Amino acid sequence: MNSSIKNALTFSTVEPSGGLRAAMDKGRAEIIAEVRASGIRGRGGAGFPTSVKWNLAAAAKSDRKFVVCNADEGEPGTFKDRVILSEYAGLVFDGMTIAAYAIGATTGILYLRAEYTYLREHLEKVLAERRAKGLLGQGVCGKDDFELDIQIRMGAGAYICGEETALIESMEGQRGEPRNRPPFPVDTGFTGRPTAVNNVETLAWVACIFARGADWFKSVGTGKSAGLKLFSVSGDCKAPGVYEFPMGITVASLLEAVGGQDAKAVQIGGASGYCVPAGEFTRTIAYEDIATGGSIIVIGRERDMLKVAENFMEFFADESCGQCTPCRLGNGKLLEGIHLLQQGRCSMQYLRELCSLGETMQLASKCGLGQSSPNALLSIVKHFQSEIMGRIPAAAAAARE
Amino acid sequence: MLITDRERLRDDIAGWAGRYGRERSSLLPILQEIQKKYRRVSDHAMQIVADLLGIHPIEVYGVASFYSFLSLTRQGKYVIRLCRTISCDMAGKESVAQQLRNDLGIGFGQTTPDGMFTLEWANCLGMCDQGPAMLVNDKVYTQVTPQQVNDIIEQCRRAVSVFATHNKEH
Repeated sequence: MNSSIKNALTFSTVEPSGGLRAAMDKGRAEIIAEVRASGIRGRGGAGFPTSVKWNLAAAAKSDRKFVVCNADEGEPGTFKDRVILSEYAGLVFDGMTIAAYAIGATTGILYLRAEYTYLREHLEKVLAERRAKGLLGQGVCGKDDFELDIQIRMGAGAYICGEETALIESMEGQRGEPRNRPPFPVDTGFTGRPTAVNNVETLAWVACIFARGADWFKSVGTGKSAGLKLFSVSGDCKAPGVYEFPMGITVASLLEAVGGQDAKAVQIGGASGYCVPAGEFTRTIAYEDIATGGSIIVIGRERDMLKVAENFMEFFADESCGQCTPCRLGNGKLLEGIHLLQQGRCSMQYLRELCSLGETMQLASKCGLGQSSPNALLSIVKHFQSEIMGRIPAAAAAARE
Repeated sequence: MLITDRERLRDDIAGWAGRYGRERSSLLPILQEIQKKYRRVSDHAMQIVADLLGIHPIEVYGVASFYSFLSLTRQGKYVIRLCRTISCDMAGKESVAQQLRNDLGIGFGQTTPDGMFTLEWANCLGMCDQGPAMLVNDKVYTQVTPQQVNDIIEQCRRAVSVFATHNKEH
């Protein structure tokens, strides 16, 4: 396995547990105020303001609260959390500890996807070192009123468990089926208690924010999208890997940095994201334009867009938890439709029906999976209609052999 | 199943339930231990777990059948999971897949008759910059070429034969 890191990451310049010690000098309310001042929003993709989440969890009354680190990184094209956990696990645990202190949690749980089982030994070692150093346990950092331990829970191979309520269901020993919201996990989370679920990258940035100050973070990026972001770049480019860029970077400058200028399209946000055609490379990657958890898949000139769409729909048809009808049946229907297009047997009328079904799924599905799974197909139909229509059946059959 | 095997299974599960606790939230860790040791979660195992946790066996079945890293049928000693998602697909996973089929003599979703290998597809392994990627049990292989497939399989076979004849950890 080669190193995935391609440019200088801020994470490597931040002193381990520096941010944690700085945060421990502050009061609980001050910590949340600092996080608010930094403007950081969830780095997993949804972009919910971290300070709002913590504030709600802190305000909730309960005998016990939890902080959960969501390391169920399963979005196609995303691997930044793997890199963070293998290289900068200390920052993630710093962030979890800060979060736990801020909301009053006594237990932290890192939910690690089964595909990353090989990282577990390293993470357990880091946790053991922290216990030995007094960074976990009774009286963290010499604070008598603060007790915390962090455990690791393993996932068992389900993309849907990256959705926070499905993740909680899974930790409770249930099928990973998302819950209705509200109530939100900050109020009714793990075992019915207030739980703050944050992405791996968010927590690592929180540790950096306390090490360097909220102003530093806020000064980077755009007004609505503060700070830096890690991007997982793969596909048809010269140097795939993990990159750090400020929020608000244009697609074109990102492609230039990774050596993918010739791309026909870029899939931003993974399978559930958007397919951005070459004509729109001036757009920016930020919460106010194209929001993403950091997955960038560069699609070269020679690629068949229908095959790309097929791969994404196969993924969703397989990973749908099956709980709600729009997602369970819709993804299968869209996949069938892609097969019809590939065989050159799809009428314009039927293609419109498929797009309409996709829009229904976006509206009617229970969770983010079904709400976003039609995105890729819909954007490919919109931008590459001339390429996907009018396939000749015999050519499709020959290509299959 | 022999009575001694049943007793061993029961003792194992009771041990894991003791370690993780008999709460519902211990269900997944217990099932993962069963999977690891017995390479499947059998009907019998599900019944024992249900009894210990005080839930209906269908609840256990619901969970065991939901997750792709738990299997109701017995898996091989080595489970090979080849990533089929977009970046690995663009990096040429199909030719690696074909070589795996050829060298193992089985298709995806199948187990070799000697019980050594199970071949499965995986959804995004998080190695998108170094595809094609595959997992062999917990070990990850990146930038796999069709030529390397046979070596990887042979390594597994050798590890097992050393284990069998010299009783040493590989």
